[in-house]
Amino acid sequence: MTENPRAEAVRATFAQIPQVAALGIVIEELSEGVARMTMPYDPQLVGDPATGVMHGGAVSTLLDSCSGAAVGCHPQATGQTATIDLRINYIRPAAPGQAITARAHCYHVTRSFAFIRATAHDEDTSLPVAEAVGTFTFNAEPQVEA
Amino acid sequence: MTRAPEPVQVVKQRRDAALQAMVDGVPYIRFLGIHFERRGDELTGILPYSHHLIGNPFLPALHGGVTAAFLEVTAIIGLSWSMIWEDLEAGRLDPSSLSPQNMPRLPRTIDMSVDYLRSGLPRDAYARARVNRSGRRYASVFVECWQDNRARPFAQATGHFTMPTPMPRPGE
Repeated sequence: MTENPRAEAVRATFAQIPQVAALGIVIEELSEGVARMTMPYDPQLVGDPATGVMHGGAVSTLLDSCSGAAVGCHPQATGQTATIDLRINYIRPAAPGQAITARAHCYHVTRSFAFIRATAHDEDTSLPVAEAVGTFTFNAEPQVEA
Repeated sequence: MTRAPEPVQVVKQRRDAALQAMVDGVPYIRFLGIHFERRGDELTGILPYSHHLIGNPFLPALHGGVTAAFLEVTAIIGLSWSMIWEDLEAGRLDPSSLSPQNMPRLPRTIDMSVDYLRSGLPRDAYARARVNRSGRRYASVFVECWQDNRARPFAQATGHFTMPTPMPRPGE
């Protein structure tokens, strides 16, 4: 697979994010406007001790990270991205013991805003555990004055 | 016949023990380092700054996912607290029976919509939740978080939560 030219910069940035490292999130794929990442199952991230299901907050962080990377990989988005709005539906509990994989698609950008859709799955790919819709901003590259 | 009011230490001990049991039972709350302060029935979530919470090392700023998680945790604990408060005060719930292994079931998140107002600075953050609707099947909770200035929240959210099965009432 040919890597998106922006992928290298996104990878370098992600390698320096402490929260991404703390959750053990790894990048699986970066292509034009698309990112895929996996977060391994970790007992530290459990939200319901009775069932061992990971907390929605950890899934939010995975979806937010993956969405930010998808924006970063969009050819018209430049500079650093920041989340303005993230709406998440928790569709079903993730299976305890299984890694969660998120896929985000930045499907449109304007001059300074980017729109994303994302889903998160465990090993059962027939129904996502969560889905997200988000809006991001990015710093436009400095324009040369005419 | 009027009952003598309970000694203040008994009341505080009961309430703090119930809150502690609810929070300590959740590994992810410990992972983020969140704890709660209580004034009567009002709870404030506190997220002490820690390097592992950073999502943008260049600014630096808290991770947007951590902010969302802090709001979600505060909303769930706030909602649970409002649900168990009545049972606790009426003596239907004994806080000494609560432990991380034996907790009241927490509400489950259906959805959360997070509005990021400004970047989270690398310092302590605080959050409070308000239950706007609490029905038999679901609740709607508003929650906001701030840092140095209470009037300038850095994020706010509305979430919907399924209600766990209520504690059985006497005679039921």
